[in-house]
Amino acid sequence: MRYATPKTAAEAASLLMEDAARVLAGGTDLLVQMKSGRLAPETIVDIKHLPGLRDITREDGGFRIGAAVSGAEMGEHTDLVAAWPGVVEGVNLIGSTQVQGRATMAGNLCNGSPAADGVPAQIAAGAVARLEGPEGTRDVPVAEIPTGPGKTSLKRGEFVTSIFLPARPERSGDAYLRFIPRTEMDIAVAGAAVNLVLGADGTVAEARVALGAVAPTAMEVPEAGAALTGSKLEDPAIEAMVDAVRAACKPIDDKRGTVEFRTHVAGVLAKRAARIAFARAGGQA
Amino acid sequence: MAFDETKHDYKVIGTRPVRPDGIDKVTGRALYGADLSAPGMLTAAILRSPHAHAKIVKIDTSKAEAMAGVKAVVTSRDFGLPEDQDLRDTQDNCMARDKVLYDGHAVAAVAAINAQVAKAALKAIEVEYEKLPHVIDVDDAMKGDAPLVLEGRALETVPEGWSQNVTNYCEFGHGDLDDGFARADLIVERSFKTGATHQGYIEPHACLASMGPDGRGELWCCTQGQYMVREVCAGIMEIEASQLKVTPSEIGGGFGGKTTVFIEPVALALSRKAGRPVKLVMTREEVFRASGPTIHSSTDVKIGMTKDGTITAARADLRYSGGCYPNGTCEMGAQAAFAPYDLKAVRTYGWNALTNRPKEISYRAPGAPTAIYAVESVVDEMCQKLGLDPVDVRLKNAADKGTKSSYGVTFEDIGLKATLEAAKAHPHYTAPLGPNQGRGLSCGFWFNFGGNASVTLSVNTDGTVNVTEGNPDIGGSRASISMIAAEELGIGYDRVRTIVADTTSIGHSDTTDGSRVTFTVGLATIKAARDAKTKMCARAAALWGIDPEAVEWVDGAAQPSGPNAGKFPPMSLAEIAAVSFQTGGPIAGHHESNADGAGVSFGVHLCDIEVDPETGASKVVRYTVFQDAGKAIHPDYVEGQLQGGAVQGIGWALNEEYIYGEDGILQNPGFLDYRVPVASDLPPIDTVILEVPNPGHPYGVRGVGETSIVPPLAAIANAMSRGAGVRLTQLPMSPPRVLSALMAKG
Ligand SMILES: Cc1cc2nc3c(=O)[nH]c(=O)nc-3n(C[C@H](O)[C@H](O)[C@H](O)COP(=O)(O)OP(=O)(O)OC[C@H]3O[C@@H](n4cnc5c(N)ncnc54)[C@H](O)[C@@H]3O)c2cc1C
Repeated sequence: MRYATPKTAAEAASLLMEDAARVLAGGTDLLVQMKSGRLAPETIVDIKHLPGLRDITREDGGFRIGAAVSGAEMGEHTDLVAAWPGVVEGVNLIGSTQVQGRATMAGNLCNGSPAADGVPAQIAAGAVARLEGPEGTRDVPVAEIPTGPGKTSLKRGEFVTSIFLPARPERSGDAYLRFIPRTEMDIAVAGAAVNLVLGADGTVAEARVALGAVAPTAMEVPEAGAALTGSKLEDPAIEAMVDAVRAACKPIDDKRGTVEFRTHVAGVLAKRAARIAFARAGGQA
Repeated sequence: MAFDETKHDYKVIGTRPVRPDGIDKVTGRALYGADLSAPGMLTAAILRSPHAHAKIVKIDTSKAEAMAGVKAVVTSRDFGLPEDQDLRDTQDNCMARDKVLYDGHAVAAVAAINAQVAKAALKAIEVEYEKLPHVIDVDDAMKGDAPLVLEGRALETVPEGWSQNVTNYCEFGHGDLDDGFARADLIVERSFKTGATHQGYIEPHACLASMGPDGRGELWCCTQGQYMVREVCAGIMEIEASQLKVTPSEIGGGFGGKTTVFIEPVALALSRKAGRPVKLVMTREEVFRASGPTIHSSTDVKIGMTKDGTITAARADLRYSGGCYPNGTCEMGAQAAFAPYDLKAVRTYGWNALTNRPKEISYRAPGAPTAIYAVESVVDEMCQKLGLDPVDVRLKNAADKGTKSSYGVTFEDIGLKATLEAAKAHPHYTAPLGPNQGRGLSCGFWFNFGGNASVTLSVNTDGTVNVTEGNPDIGGSRASISMIAAEELGIGYDRVRTIVADTTSIGHSDTTDGSRVTFTVGLATIKAARDAKTKMCARAAALWGIDPEAVEWVDGAAQPSGPNAGKFPPMSLAEIAAVSFQTGGPIAGHHESNADGAGVSFGVHLCDIEVDPETGASKVVRYTVFQDAGKAIHPDYVEGQLQGGAVQGIGWALNEEYIYGEDGILQNPGFLDYRVPVASDLPPIDTVILEVPNPGHPYGVRGVGETSIVPPLAAIANAMSRGAGVRLTQLPMSPPRVLSALMAKG
């Protein structure tokens, strides 16, 4: 097994063209999978030494978050937390204090878990991943990266260098909630993120609702967002949103939760997340 | 000199000194099971069954044996056939013969120069299986047409008509049930199920084994009982006990789970074959799949009560399964079920059935939590139906001194009423509850064991004392034993050092289980200290030229027992020790006995939980434990036992369980999906220690380690019923189960 610390993106991409090569960011998924015997990579490409990958930078009023930025670093970035509290709280839910010191938002995305806590709020935010590969750079919406449990749309040799969160209009807010049977150190049984922008009249002008752990990938539910638009989260709007969420759920039935449970709870979480996002946007019922 | 049987004016007992093993544990200097290495040591690994139940048609180890770096491979062919059935079961559990009986059952093992080679060698072993139908649930296993786990293992007591999987049967109780039920105003009959839980100790099983060509062996391992390990392993290795020296390491938790062997005989067999020391350490996954969880159960309870809350008759039918070999845990459940009650008519029936699960081993009060959960749930439901206060009803029917218990013994002084009264008087009992919150209560009980112990107490010439005993310290017992020695001798706690010896350094001591160590080893320490005091008095008497009977021991010194005895200044322990070589040689006291009189222990738990009505998630918001300790030697460690038991019970009630797939494969062999509570899941656990002295002990000590895991199951179920309006009859009360109950209620 080879461990490489490339200094340029091109070098990293060419290493990743080798057989059984894997990106290493925080390693909190990768090392666990290697230890359990599920993965046995030949080449490990540590991206933490690439220039700029550990930076959070302002760009066009938004934020570009390097693929090697840890969850703890995101949580300590005051402007980022103020603009995208839901995205940051999703990432900060990952693991424990120790895990937060290593885990990255990009690693959470590229690991491809349907239950990844960092992903639904990115989708609701309309985040865009920047990829580097043998054929150069391309930007892809985060929503299009995961394609199934453990699978992504990344091509051979490609990797994520950063994730871009767009500029925030006035009166906007987002939130993420997950359900786990205990208070920490667990995998989401269901997760829901809501991102809202309010109009001048205080009603919802734009809404995006995204779910985790209730389908093969995290996904946006456009009907749920539409149900909230034009409302101040009055009961009928919430009920319509919850119905849309539950209708979109296609969860598995396993030791962590039944189909009925995941479906029901996804609706509850979306309702609660919507209320938090609304309040963060300065909304008044 | 003579001794008062009981003692009350304590100087050391009841204080809270720092534990002697604390610094080593927090600095990493303490040596646990996996911490020892030896020159030339090999690393071992075990190949385990991927099937729940299968015939082993063929095992071909030749490819593994031929691999470079592989020094030994063993299968069941490398073991004999012990005559003793229990020993054979233990051996077969360590290495399957003919059939694998559960997912994770060992089939072969290798010893190699390192872990990588050992792992690769396991892959090279070819095992041909013929899959057999399996059975996982106890109720299924009892049916006539169930797949048979083992045949011909039913005890004579088992009535006809059951599947051969039913191996044990028992009956306890007295009085006329029909008459009792006829006198009841209300009869409630309910059925309950509980999942199998694991002790969840942090340290996996680990050992270092070395067998010499002369047939003598040494074993270093993490265990609750080095003598038990010696007896079992020597039996399996077909050597005399004296030829195997077993040294217990520090222990990272046991809770009953380390009162048998799972890997030690395998390491010894590999070492014998390889001629080199062998280290074998289980992974966490192996611990879940192939060590000993507790029983899972199915229980029916029927209770009759009059309108004023008097129980007129009570019956419980307990069906337990402790996995793939026979065991008698159902007997403890059947004895414990109604122990807190003084009943005229009571009957309990217990069954054990074999299932394709790992062989059960003790878990803190084995058998009692699930039995008392069922009983205390029904009692609570009856209080709700009759509009009666749950403490009052329990007080009305509470067992007391002189009560003939449901399992036959007549209680001596017991602390049940005192704990119930303490619970009722505590501010927690009447504190206001928030929205979606409910308060539940349950009694708990454990027998407590006495048994064999050996203690030697050596008086060093520098005035310090060494206590040598044979019981691994899993709950702070070295601190308690040192305190007892200091108390008896009248010297400071810092003058005493207690160590847990290997099997060649002191006589037999039973395993650390049954909440017996502070009681039994403490008793032996008191007697050993008194023996040393007698000897020291004799030394002083000789120096003074007076009769030994005329010398007494007061405040750490020998002194003439009265004006007629003569006028000599007191001689302290240090002074007597300093001249001991001139007065007859080294001084030591010792005591060996098989102790009776371990008083039973009762507790009451009070708990508030809050249930999220939309998700079924529950959170314990307040928790108070009331328990009779007889006499708390070191109150910190008594509180620790009460809190630890409560936490394990909370996990059992809410989330912990062995989950099996249709294929009989364990779905959650890890701490991610086998959910023990984490610190943030829990409120502070308050404790109230009561001290109703045990007449069987000079200080009144009762064991405290096990009672505390018994009440949480029902206390939480009762709180759930009162807070969320749903009474769950299946554990764990995981959020999906609670939510579906809430939705069914509408
Ligand atoms: C104790 C513990 C608790 C956890 N709790 C949670 C939790 O609560 N919620 C949750 O969602 N997850 C949890 N996780 C999983 C994990 O911590 C997260 O998914 C984390 O975000 C992964 O980030 P990482 O940087 O450590 O990824 P790594 O392990 O470095 O990588 C993960 C995968 O993505 C690939 N990869 C990483 N970065 C890139 C990139 N830039 N481009 C392309 N591919 C890449 C890697 O090759 C690997 O396959 C937990 C893990 C542990 C060990």
